[in-house]
Amino acid sequence: MDVKLNRRRFIKGVIASGIAAGAARHGAAVAGGDRPAQAVDRLLSLKINGRIRRVDVLPQETLAHTLRYRLGLTGTKLGCNRGECGACTVLVDDVPHYACSMLTHNARGKAVLTVEGLQSADGTLHPVQQAFVEELAPQCGFCTPGQIMATVGLLRTNPQPTREQARHGLSGNLCRCGAYDHYLNAVMRASGQAT
Amino acid sequence: MTYKHIGKDFTPPDIFGKVTGKAKYAEDFTVDGMAYARLLVSPMPHARIKRLDLGPALAMDGVFGVLTADDLPTVDAPNGGILTNEPVFIGDPILAVAAVDEKTAEDAIGKIEIELEPLPFTVNPTDSLKPAGPNARQEGNIYAGSPPEVGELHWRKEDVERFLTGGQPTAEAPIEWQYGDLEASFDNAAVILTESFVTTGYAHMSMEPRSVMSYWENGKCFVYGSTQSQSFIMPFLAPMVGVAPENLVYVSEYCGGGFGSKIFPYPTMALPAHFAKKLGRPVMLRITREEEYYIGSARVGFQGWIKAGFAADGRVCAVDLYIVQDLGPKRAGGDASSAGGAVSILYQPEALRLRSVPVLTNTTPRGAQRGPGQNQIAAIFEPMMDKAAQELGLDRVAIRHINAPDSNAKLNADQGPVTSAFMAEALALGAKRWNWTEKTKRSGRRRGSKVTGIGVGQGYHAAGTTGFDGLVHITPDGKIHLHSGVGNLGTYSYASTTRAAAEVLKCDWSQCEVVHGRSAAHLPWSSYQAGSVTIFTHTRANHVAAMDAVAKLKEVAAAALGGQAEDYDIDGERVFHRARKSRALSYGEAAAKAIEMGGRYSGVEAPEDIHDVTKRAVAGIAGQGLVGVAKDNLPKRGTVPGFAIGFVEIELDVETGKHEIIDYLAVGECGTVVHPLGLANQLRGGGVWGFGMATTERHVYDPQNGLPANVGFYQCKPPTYLDVPSRMDWAATDIPDPDNPVGARGIGEPAMGCAVAAVMCALSDALGGHLFNRTPVTPDVILSHIAGLPPTSGPLAINTF
Repeated sequence: MDVKLNRRRFIKGVIASGIAAGAARHGAAVAGGDRPAQAVDRLLSLKINGRIRRVDVLPQETLAHTLRYRLGLTGTKLGCNRGECGACTVLVDDVPHYACSMLTHNARGKAVLTVEGLQSADGTLHPVQQAFVEELAPQCGFCTPGQIMATVGLLRTNPQPTREQARHGLSGNLCRCGAYDHYLNAVMRASGQAT
Repeated sequence: MTYKHIGKDFTPPDIFGKVTGKAKYAEDFTVDGMAYARLLVSPMPHARIKRLDLGPALAMDGVFGVLTADDLPTVDAPNGGILTNEPVFIGDPILAVAAVDEKTAEDAIGKIEIELEPLPFTVNPTDSLKPAGPNARQEGNIYAGSPPEVGELHWRKEDVERFLTGGQPTAEAPIEWQYGDLEASFDNAAVILTESFVTTGYAHMSMEPRSVMSYWENGKCFVYGSTQSQSFIMPFLAPMVGVAPENLVYVSEYCGGGFGSKIFPYPTMALPAHFAKKLGRPVMLRITREEEYYIGSARVGFQGWIKAGFAADGRVCAVDLYIVQDLGPKRAGGDASSAGGAVSILYQPEALRLRSVPVLTNTTPRGAQRGPGQNQIAAIFEPMMDKAAQELGLDRVAIRHINAPDSNAKLNADQGPVTSAFMAEALALGAKRWNWTEKTKRSGRRRGSKVTGIGVGQGYHAAGTTGFDGLVHITPDGKIHLHSGVGNLGTYSYASTTRAAAEVLKCDWSQCEVVHGRSAAHLPWSSYQAGSVTIFTHTRANHVAAMDAVAKLKEVAAAALGGQAEDYDIDGERVFHRARKSRALSYGEAAAKAIEMGGRYSGVEAPEDIHDVTKRAVAGIAGQGLVGVAKDNLPKRGTVPGFAIGFVEIELDVETGKHEIIDYLAVGECGTVVHPLGLANQLRGGGVWGFGMATTERHVYDPQNGLPANVGFYQCKPPTYLDVPSRMDWAATDIPDPDNPVGARGIGEPAMGCAVAAVMCALSDALGGHLFNRTPVTPDVILSHIAGLPPTSGPLAINTF
């Protein structure tokens, strides 16, 4: 008896049903015995944080799972795994995406940037990261990588947003601590508009 | 007083991990050979397992095992067991399956044959209180007594009807306390207000689901969890996983939000440890968002009645408070008594009676949520203050000023003292900064379909305790290691409280390293990180530990350089002879000398009165430098109050029922400001929580089937960027508390209470003083009122659409 069949489990099952045994060590992976044999190529070359990463990915695997459980890029957080909170926000070709709601196969040929890809090799923080530090923007910090990536994406299209534009630009990123004011202060600081 | 560190902003060391993604939360840890556990949770609100066949699941490739309640220690009802054979809410964990990966574990769960016998259930306390109403548990329907236990209470039909229709409650209330002569005080009242009210429970919905990973190694149990507290967890988690505290290694470097739901170890936190022991391999239990809703705790709901008497001069003279509490199905706290306590201090009534009926329901388990009790009653009582002011012809800030607690204030049933209180000063500060007099002229102003509402609200929570330990460690390299057993819940208090030690040591912050986040790092015994206690409690603990270090520095210097300890002083990370300043040791040299001297100087010996957790921490660093360690035995002459005041302007659209918050100011009355940016973030974040409680967040349960209807973020509706103003102002009285060495008191919970109260008052103000007496006030509630229609839900309805 499946005592807990519901929408979430159904969707999760659909997503998970294609995920490879190759990632079993990280738990997001599955045996995948019921996967169609003619499915798309598994071995992908992904451009992640400026590097080409070869990774074994199954057809219905989400980008968040690939990043976290295959590549160890755990800065991308899963707060809801269903496109509600934005904690998993990454940039795909400079556009903010919820990594929990994007199939990894759809990232082929595109540049993926995660929070781990912002800091310079010499350890210098990205200006957005630095602004988040200076404004004490995070509280618990769990949503912070998503907030930072949404900010980086916003500033790439609008380098000097008004506070209201920033508010709308980040509105897909939930912060349960309610640190919104400080995050917006950081956006304004990062764009050279600190007050 | 001029401080070097207190009152100054600094960069907490953990923030770099937060902005770079290097911060490791529980789910980010992996170890080789880890099995992945998934939960089978109850699809029914109350049931009993009749038949369970695990065979098909256990026969699957990749399945390592199943854990059921029968594998675990039994726990007396209504305390939360880890797993159960009698689920008492939808989502109650029944068993867990561990496998090579999560999908295999989920597939195995699908093959388990389980037959459940439905049992009576309720999602509404007043349904349960009816004659022959359903009991949430087989043992009964209330949780009360001293010590509390499950019992059964059903009212007469007329008592239920009377309560639901707003009549003065007459039915038995298992919890009751009172001070003063209630009848005589009501006789002195010029205005008496009587109101019924509802505050709906709602989920904590912390951003980080409470995933846990555990393994055993050389007799030690390693647990990677997500809790608000750090050291405080140890003596509670150890028996839950079945290990002596000295053999528990607990890691919680970061906690992705708790808000009261992660103060203590929670039942599923011990599951991977038990499973790991059974399987002989590490186990990771990842919690989904849906599961976090189920097991992640929720605020206690209130259905209540208040009678409040006001003297002609505006003083609150008497309050009679009756609260039916929705506790969920398990043990929950004393929200109602806390509500009574908050009324007793904020308004200083001559007489107060609190009666409470704590009722169990088959909804998600409840627990402390930011201002548990204090914030529910703030949402209801503060609009009543406005109504009284209107009837007495007083300004709304003025009536609060008339009742404002000062340092002679009394509170609770025993009318005990406070350490200090300056609410009159806080009200004056806020009213001036917010330009209250001018802004109230906009009350009721109409622009098209939008009406302006102006509100002021007050929040309170006890905010400090005593008796915990501090530990500082100076090593021969001159580094000052400030060991903090405080959890990292997002307030930065794990670090900001250590600045009280740096202050005493007169050292540069660059020489300090805050040690925290894992018990193996030798952390001292700490209070829980909840109840707004940490700033008061651990600035004291750090202060006394640093004082001990300074005394030892002077004794070491005297031993090395001659003279008496009292001949020496400290500054610039040196201990020097007062008369001949060149006769000095650097802190590093003194640490080396302390190692040579041994004994209490290097931690080889430790004070008798410190906690066992601290004794083990001292033993762990013994012989490596100069150790300052002490228990906080400083005097504390009363309850430590934390207060906040919110001022808000809203625009309410009378055609849609929606509102926008135009402007918000929070004023903290929390003693000396220790960390300005941290305080600002708490005041603003608390404001956001208050806005959510006032207007969007609630439990929604189908009464027919006991089904929760809003298990996701979107449906639970915590406020987003677009629900709050893009700027929120803050201020603080910054008046020191005499019972804290740096003058600090806590603030986290009042920061929310004042906001929910202010918004409730502003909504009322926009609609000519109408009291909704309910949280949340959703657009449908507003439109029904404007249209002159009865409420969309039944009388005192709770947990409903």
